Amino acid sequence: MSTDFSREQRVVHCTRAEYVATVRALLADTFSMCVDLTAVDYLTYAGDRSLPTGVAAERFEVVVNLLSIEKRERARVRVQVPADDASIATLFDMYPGSEAMEREVYDMFGIVFTDHPDLTRILMPEDWDGFPLRKDYDQGRIPVQFSGDFAVQS
Amino acid sequence: MSLIKDIQADGFGGIPHNAITAKLEDLVGWARSRSSWPASFGLACCAIEMMATGAAHYDISRFGMEVFRASPRQADIMIVAGRVSQKMAPVLRQVYDQMMEPKWVISMGVCASSGGMFNNYAIVQGVDQVVPVDVYAPGCPPTPETLIHAIETLHQKIEDGELLKRRSANGGGAHMHVTEIPQGARPMPVILGRR
Amino acid sequence: MTDILATIEGGNEAEQGLKPRSELTARELMREVGAVLRMSEAEVAKLGDAPDDPSDDQTMIINMGPQHPSTHGVLRLMLELQGETVLRCKPVIGYLHTGMEKTGEALTYMQGGTNVTRMDYVSPLNNELVFSMATEKLLGIENDIPERAVWMRMLLSELNRMSSHLLFLATNGMDLGAVSMMIYGWREREEVLRFFQKVTGLRMNHNFIRPGGVAADLPDGWRDDVLRLLNLIPSRLDEYDTLMTGQPIWRERLQGVGVITAQEAMALGATGPILRATGVAWDLRRDQPYLHYDQVEFDVVVGEYGDAFDRYSIRLNEVRESMRIVHQILDRMPGGDYRIQNKKVTPPPRARINESMEALIHHFKLFTEGFKVPEGEVYVAIESPRGEIGCYIASDGSATPYRMHVRAPSFVNIQCLPHMMRGGLIADAVAIISSTDPVLGEVDR
Repeated sequence: MSTDFSREQRVVHCTRAEYVATVRALLADTFSMCVDLTAVDYLTYAGDRSLPTGVAAERFEVVVNLLSIEKRERARVRVQVPADDASIATLFDMYPGSEAMEREVYDMFGIVFTDHPDLTRILMPEDWDGFPLRKDYDQGRIPVQFSGDFAVQS
Repeated sequence: MSLIKDIQADGFGGIPHNAITAKLEDLVGWARSRSSWPASFGLACCAIEMMATGAAHYDISRFGMEVFRASPRQADIMIVAGRVSQKMAPVLRQVYDQMMEPKWVISMGVCASSGGMFNNYAIVQGVDQVVPVDVYAPGCPPTPETLIHAIETLHQKIEDGELLKRRSANGGGAHMHVTEIPQGARPMPVILGRR
Repeated sequence: MTDILATIEGGNEAEQGLKPRSELTARELMREVGAVLRMSEAEVAKLGDAPDDPSDDQTMIINMGPQHPSTHGVLRLMLELQGETVLRCKPVIGYLHTGMEKTGEALTYMQGGTNVTRMDYVSPLNNELVFSMATEKLLGIENDIPERAVWMRMLLSELNRMSSHLLFLATNGMDLGAVSMMIYGWREREEVLRFFQKVTGLRMNHNFIRPGGVAADLPDGWRDDVLRLLNLIPSRLDEYDTLMTGQPIWRERLQGVGVITAQEAMALGATGPILRATGVAWDLRRDQPYLHYDQVEFDVVVGEYGDAFDRYSIRLNEVRESMRIVHQILDRMPGGDYRIQNKKVTPPPRARINESMEALIHHFKLFTEGFKVPEGEVYVAIESPRGEIGCYIASDGSATPYRMHVRAPSFVNIQCLPHMMRGGLIADAVAIISSTDPVLGEVDR
């Protein structure tokens, strides 16, 4: 675990094993709100990841933005998640508000949050194939996905 | 029926009040166009402009359309206001299927018409893939003026009966059947004025 | 054909809905209820919500939306009822999912504004503002924006807050049966939109605030227009007070409905009027000032009970506070440039394009290829009318964001719905949905 500042913003890097402990420590340190939880797929990233030593770059990165109302501070936790085992612990027990955001990350990136109470797709239909925000998922146009042949009246 | 009897007996002069005559088709078309109730099918940004059209400044009730019906069973026109996602498309179709014939669809805004700027996995690229569209309103979002123009265009089309003919070709349409008078039949004599 | 019917009747949500009680384990149900309260399972069990308490045949799951007149667009709620009482509630969203975050990866930073402005279509200028600020922070030019541009951004942001809250007052009135309020709210909102149309050319989805400044200078006579607004709206707000705030029926319907405590709101990540209604004075304009909000005077309106009435009155009074800020902006609006003079970001002025080939090429390249943004990642948050709107951009040094994520306040805020509705009456459900003021475009993005 290491803390540095990127453009005057506090960023905490940690490994997947340290993740829950790191966030728990921040929660104890008055960071009582989880304002945002998202992920980035670094599959085709060309530039320098500029990670601190000791943190190995992986394909996925889960980014958690925490807010301390008392200190008026923000902290950003960045966790690397490997592609071959895309799973990470849930923050639901500490921040119940992360529930929908974790579902969104699961829906868009296919990262599994272990022990999440209701890990289903949230934005896409349940029978959707693939995870849209992954870099190997095409952005382009897709015909309307109905389960059967659909005769359109013209 | 007594009216028709009176006419047959006395001609139009016998009618105590003023009267207008017209083709039945025209009258039905006029009545339909002037009391077409929209289903409130607001989706995205366009829904806000659709509501603005319904509010005091643009006042959609000038066109007999202020009654936005919550139930599709009571609505005649569906204004698809906004982008239709893959998840919403079946719902849209279901609402359309629940509407009573005759029914019309206005596709409001570029997202509903063609997917607009969102040419991606999530958005249906044109709502006409899901339901038949009668009038497309351009704009992102269309201003209330554009929507009113689309509504007026649709009203004109309803009065013309053009849409119904087109629909009846493929079994859809408004179930308005006009039996043509066979050629050679003697028309009913109409005598004006008292004998 | 049967498949289609199954899709149309059953929808394609399958697992996402509310599960019947018989399919839930005790632990799952307790977690559902208890997590929000940050309670242990044992404590939750004492609340009497054990799954065998009311059985399946005593309760009923009803479906509200996604095509429902009072769910503010395409929100779908599944409610478990016992008689008239709501036991559980689950919002099902995604009916307006537009793939904007994916589209955002294909658009340059110059074009990105057109994308984000369509997220929260009721306060588009705040979306553009947060995206522009994130881009500027990545470029390292956030402190070089000309004064006039900064004050213009504040002016537009505050007017947008007013128009958004006026929309809320209109729809809140309509949802609760005060239909005339709907007409009044829209009437005032039109006045604000008319000013926007004069300044930006559009009523909504402006793409006016751009990285580096704003798209154009204020038009002639803008000050008179704003003053006209500021003279007009206060008396109208007083009318609303007469019509609603002091009215016994209005109070009866909102007071004590949809109560949430400060602790719960913070646990759920709620921001904006929902959090302030619980008594937490948290407003990013004051507590983490951006633009020049530290140079203007205004009060953060705070509630006490965390109910729907507090949320209503906070929004009503925030319109007044916004007008106070606008008055100060009018006094302090400086002259000067409305966008940064930085060749990298700013296109050359029109006059130069006519006489210089290089300027023409530069202009063309800027709008076709965009400008390159240094590597890195950044999260910027501002106070939108609905709460904290944040923009997270990861850049790989190219002209398009590598990842563009928007933290949408409504998305997080509607997670409060199950908690606010629990134990309430079905008749109050509409009042509660309305009081959270969700914009579905931003929920689903």
